[in-house]
Amino acid sequence: MSEEESPAQRVAIGISFGNSYSSIAHTSGEGKAEVIANEEGDRQIPSILSYVDGEEFQGTQAKAQLVRNSKNTVAYFRDFLGQDFKSIDPTPCHQSAHPIQHDSTVAFKIKDTAEGAENTVTVSEITTRHIRRLKNSASDFMGKTVNAAVITVPTNFSDAQKEALTKAAKDAGVEVLQFIHEPVAAVLAYDARAEAEVADKIVVVADLGGIRSDVAVIASRGGMYSILATAHDYDVGGTQLDQVLMDHFAKEFIKKHKSGGDPRENDRSLAKLKLESEAVKKALSLGSSANFSVESLSNGLDFTSTINRTRYELLASKIFAAFTRLALHAVEKAQLDPLDVSEIILAGGTAHTPRIASALQSAFPESTTVLAPSTSPTALNPSELAARGAAIQASLIQEFEAEDIDQSTHPMVTVTPHLAHAVGVLCISGDPASGVFRPLVEAETPVPVRRSAVIATPREGGDVLIKICEGVREIKVTKPAPKPKPAKDEDEDDEDDEDDSEEEEEEIREKAWRVENVLAEAALKGLKKGAKVEVQVNVAADLSVQCFVREVGGKGGVRGGWSAPKPVENGSI
Amino acid sequence: MAAVQISLPLPVLPEGWAAEKDFKAVGQLTHATDRNIEPVGPHFLAHARRKRHKRTFSEDDRIQAQVNVKKVEDEDAGEISEPEDPLMLQRDAKDWKGQDHYAVLGLSKYRYRATEDQIKRAHRKKVLKHHPDKKAAAGSTEDDSFFKCIQKATEVLLDPVKRRQFDSVDEGADVEPPTKKETQKGNFYKLWGRVFESEGRFSKIQPVPKLGNDKSTKEEVEHFYNFWYNFDSWRTFEYQDEDVPDDNENRDQKRHVERKNQNARRKKKTEDTARLRRLVDDALALDERIKKFRQQEHAQKNKKRLEKEAETKRLAEEAARAREEEARLQAEKEAAERAEKAEGKKAKEAAKNAAKKNKRVVRGSVKEANYFHVGGDAPAAQIDSALNIVDLIITKIDNEELAALTAQLNGKKDAGVIKQIFASEVKKLVEAGKLKESEAKSLLA
Repeated sequence: MSEEESPAQRVAIGISFGNSYSSIAHTSGEGKAEVIANEEGDRQIPSILSYVDGEEFQGTQAKAQLVRNSKNTVAYFRDFLGQDFKSIDPTPCHQSAHPIQHDSTVAFKIKDTAEGAENTVTVSEITTRHIRRLKNSASDFMGKTVNAAVITVPTNFSDAQKEALTKAAKDAGVEVLQFIHEPVAAVLAYDARAEAEVADKIVVVADLGGIRSDVAVIASRGGMYSILATAHDYDVGGTQLDQVLMDHFAKEFIKKHKSGGDPRENDRSLAKLKLESEAVKKALSLGSSANFSVESLSNGLDFTSTINRTRYELLASKIFAAFTRLALHAVEKAQLDPLDVSEIILAGGTAHTPRIASALQSAFPESTTVLAPSTSPTALNPSELAARGAAIQASLIQEFEAEDIDQSTHPMVTVTPHLAHAVGVLCISGDPASGVFRPLVEAETPVPVRRSAVIATPREGGDVLIKICEGVREIKVTKPAPKPKPAKDEDEDDEDDEDDSEEEEEEIREKAWRVENVLAEAALKGLKKGAKVEVQVNVAADLSVQCFVREVGGKGGVRGGWSAPKPVENGSI
Repeated sequence: MAAVQISLPLPVLPEGWAAEKDFKAVGQLTHATDRNIEPVGPHFLAHARRKRHKRTFSEDDRIQAQVNVKKVEDEDAGEISEPEDPLMLQRDAKDWKGQDHYAVLGLSKYRYRATEDQIKRAHRKKVLKHHPDKKAAAGSTEDDSFFKCIQKATEVLLDPVKRRQFDSVDEGADVEPPTKKETQKGNFYKLWGRVFESEGRFSKIQPVPKLGNDKSTKEEVEHFYNFWYNFDSWRTFEYQDEDVPDDNENRDQKRHVERKNQNARRKKKTEDTARLRRLVDDALALDERIKKFRQQEHAQKNKKRLEKEAETKRLAEEAARAREEEARLQAEKEAAERAEKAEGKKAKEAAKNAAKKNKRVVRGSVKEANYFHVGGDAPAAQIDSALNIVDLIITKIDNEELAALTAQLNGKKDAGVIKQIFASEVKKLVEAGKLKESEAKSLLA
């Protein structure tokens, strides 16, 4: 295979390569991203390779081998790629092939040939084999050989890791068009839906995986994404939830069969327990109760038990709380308030758990939408988000030359000044103290940017003042007032009443705007009755601003601008 | 992005507010924070385009709109731009085997490269234009023969098997190999590249290696010719079969025609294989690269030989140098040995002299000690025995011990001390077993 396919011959897919599961997606002719099922019909393919007498198994078949053939089964290896042995955490591999040091990288000792000799296989070779299998599945599905991909990586993936992954993919015959961050891929997957509207919003992406959880706070500004903060936790994940169930069922088993012994003390029993616990966890995400049943769990004793969702949620409440804390911590790190968050996207396999979504919903204000299968009927499958986003990105860039992609993702292009404060207009009164600030351009918007707004005028028309200011968002905390506050809108009025009656004790937190800096004033004279005014603000890359004000449907208008601030001496702000 | 709708009214202009052109700038924006935008999504692509080409929003909108419009036009223009040959329009549909299906559909510049989608779209366009009902409406005769041609062409081209049969004998896609004279003008790669590209369409193995250019490596060139000498073609000649009579009456005639067709096909296939073989032979004979590689190989071989010779010469020189070195070392060694021998002799003599002197001292000391006799001159017997004992001691001890003994005795005048020293010496010797106690008892007494 030639090293670089020309854009015309490229067949590109999106790959989400996770520690526990991988998935592959492509975009159909209508530009809709679809996750591809492999030969076994799995859309979430376990990132596990297993070798039996020289035959390679991948995915669900390999996962089944964890019980019988754990020493020749390699799992949870994504995070080892491109790392040296000192800096990896081998805990997840306890029940599969153990990682060992090999030169400066990590390797596994497995019998991967028919002769049965133990070979040392580096993690990058394992990755190559895994990606090759993914590629073949995708090629079989699409009917043409896949030779390029966009791969999602966590936000804290180092350059060395990316390089190692590029190389591993190249060895598998896949050209990596671009690496995109998993949370951004998730946002993109939502924004690429036909019904989605481009808006300015703050999105929290909680990517809850098998052995790690990552939260990213992303400012989505007119379809452009900037990561404001990230938080990672390697101690909470799906395996922790499995562990809770394993402990529960192990105790039940001991209670029932005194002679059975603790199934957690025997490797094979433990593997069986783990597999079934994972299945039970998945079942509990859908149904309100689930059956646990393992043949010959320990000492040849079969074991069957049932658990309902309430019990499970009680057992795992600590872990659910940890997820919520992680999300809140990330928001705090971004120096934002939960009120600023307009959407929470739950991604990753663990996000199917309904309790996590409801816990997040109650931790964040009601204005925040939690996008998870249990809270929103239109939510996408959280396990597929990353792969879908990658597929969309792949379809966008597969026609570009490799050099073009490189140029466009260069810091020269991506590093952009982001506005420190929102820019908006004062309504009702021209006095900063009594006027109401309405943002046109939100804070953290990358420049250059162009935004326009249509604003109502006083009922009788006439001359109006347009005062453009910078505003700072503040959180106003008020004790519940004895009488309902003057409402601006009827809908809001209703809500306020409800709030008051429900949360008598709690204080009310609100977003409020404080005018920081008046930028410009403009006047429109002789407006008609009921006219509307369009204000367009154009912030250039050097922070100079052009502003255009006109009456909607009217002729002429007022145009003006002001220059950029002087650069700060030491370059920092 | 859509404009934000704000329902709150704007403030009324205060009294006395005035500014030039109704606008006045008051402040400046606060400094911005530099952050990374994620290079993802359609809006980022637009941003990257603007930033890289230094366009403003409205400029970019205009340029993008233009680009998009052009694309649509190109696509439409592609298939219908071909003018229709009036002779072709006169064709009779019964003679469908003789017609160029691609030309009928207006796809003669795509030919075997035309996709199914292109064929379908071309067919639709032609149908819209040549439908007999439309012609009737336009007032011309109800001549639908070309329409039938179009239907036949589509039928052939949309059936993969029939299309292959037609492609096999599609002369329109053949490229005549250039003559020797033409290639000598230096455009070998361009002219032959086209020929191989068109022949490559018959390959069962795709993609077909390219002829390359004068910078191609030896491996690439070898791979190219190996490929063409082992060419696996799907070309068939069923399309040129004679029509088999399908009346059931004359079965023999039918079989005869079938057999004839089989033979003709086989013959044509053999001819085609031979033709291709000749073609590749011709190309190989004209290919400058083969000569170049041979020359390089020669140069390589010569270089190896020269290197070998230089190596032997160097080895011989080295051996000669080694021999000389060895001889020189030998001579030096001999001289050193001689000098050492002379030195040894001298030392031995000196030692002998020293021993003699030492013995003298020892014997003298006995005399000094009055032959171990206490008081007055020693009787002759005493002198004799004392001297005997001392001589015995001297013979029993070696040169070094003798020197040590001498050192002890040197300068000692007191008879007691001297006797003591001798006594201790004798004791040492007795202990070492070299002397019997009886032989020296006078000293030990």
